[in-house]
Amino acid sequence: MKEESFTCRTSSGEETINLGLRLGSLLNEGDIVALAGDLGSGKTWFTKGVALGLEISSDTVITSPSFSLMNEYQGRCALFHIDVYRLKNVSDFLDAGLDEYLYGNGVTVMEWADRWPEVLPEGSIKVQFVILDERSREITLSGCHPKVLGMLKQIREEAE
Amino acid sequence: MILGIDTSCDDTSAAVVVDGKSVLSNVVHSQVEIHHAYGGVVPELASREHIKNIMVVVEESFLRAGIGMNDLDGIAVTVGPGLVGALLVGLYYVKGLAYVCDIPVAAVNHLEGHILSIFLEERTPPFPFVALTVSGGHTSIYHVEDYGRYTLMGQTLDDAAGEAFDKVAKISGLGYPGGIAIEKMALDGKNDKIKFPRAYLTKESLDFSFSGLKTAVALYMKKWHDGQAKEGEITLADIAASFQESVVDVLVHKVMIARRKMGVKAVVMAGGVACNKRLRERLSEVAGGEGVEVYYPRPEYCTDNGAMIAAAGYHCLLRGETADMSLDVRSKFPIQELWIDD
Repeated sequence: MKEESFTCRTSSGEETINLGLRLGSLLNEGDIVALAGDLGSGKTWFTKGVALGLEISSDTVITSPSFSLMNEYQGRCALFHIDVYRLKNVSDFLDAGLDEYLYGNGVTVMEWADRWPEVLPEGSIKVQFVILDERSREITLSGCHPKVLGMLKQIREEAE
Repeated sequence: MILGIDTSCDDTSAAVVVDGKSVLSNVVHSQVEIHHAYGGVVPELASREHIKNIMVVVEESFLRAGIGMNDLDGIAVTVGPGLVGALLVGLYYVKGLAYVCDIPVAAVNHLEGHILSIFLEERTPPFPFVALTVSGGHTSIYHVEDYGRYTLMGQTLDDAAGEAFDKVAKISGLGYPGGIAIEKMALDGKNDKIKFPRAYLTKESLDFSFSGLKTAVALYMKKWHDGQAKEGEITLADIAASFQESVVDVLVHKVMIARRKMGVKAVVMAGGVACNKRLRERLSEVAGGEGVEVYYPRPEYCTDNGAMIAAAGYHCLLRGETADMSLDVRSKFPIQELWIDD
């Protein structure tokens, strides 16, 4: 299957949240969103948007899971927000039991997911963040699974 | 005499505490030295590590306290919030031990443990007070009316303060643990050299946001390395000191707003970042000016530890809150859910 992608620029945290919301509203149980990008590039902000798309109450604060490794939230389905920033290798990831969330009953958003692409199931949606300047980010969504291609098509159409 | 056990995050810890305040032993299987050996922010913090550590850590806590398991009156264990796999190791160990010894178990909220850690000290605050818990995973302000009565007043909307320290240390190549590395480096710097942003949010807000500051430092470091930021005039120590000052300013400002709002005369600061000397200095200075007393636990009670869990568990057991064998862990566990009515 050929990989397809959709790239857009956001010029504020709010716009990054909005893009996350658009993706989040298309997600269902079992979907995996794999985030990659430097510190401060907007991964946690994007996840705040995904949470809104999953109808998690806007009163719920989505915070960085860098220390806790995983934060769980409940909306129209569960959101498992994982961050592997502090982990050393794949065996740490597996030992902490984090792989179980990838096959759990919810949507998984994983930060620094490019470190071990081998743990990601085939249908994952990849999101790459690039810092352009203080406020602007270039965000690319990509994947090759038919389900992901369908989502990309919808997001692209909404954007046009 | 209570055994307190915490396995909610990286550390496996166990402590023996009498009457919720006299610590006979407090053992933490800290992995900081392992992190250091790898030169990064990369712990081996798997649940498997807790399994390996827990028996050794508990036995050491008995040994140092000079007691045996038959001397225990109860066991306190963290049931959340935290990683399910890690929490389960502590809980199942405790269930087994409690069954064998035929003693009650108290299910403890990790955040309550941090708030009550101050009662392990000689000098304790009068209720009600305002508490700031500030660590790698948390930055929250609570109004504390009594044991078991906590109201969350504000919290971080993105990164915790300790996380900002660690990530900035990594960006700056200062090593791990980031809090200590930055504090040390900052001693040689000027804290007003660079004006990093202070995220006060709205004027009366008690919430925090440190992710913008982290990004600002990352962008500044990039310019600094490229030689665009008056290199030669600005040192890495200046950057560390200026960053630290920005975090300290916001923490002190907000906890004092909370204090004024509730009209209390005591402020407690706990959690790993509460060890930061500059933060202690500034908070004492500002609080002193308002006639407010500040209380900090010693560093070993600030970081995750079993003694604070034993202290919190002691009060649960006093109230007759004992858990049965169906007790489970809770990855999410808002502290408000503990609320004890009159």
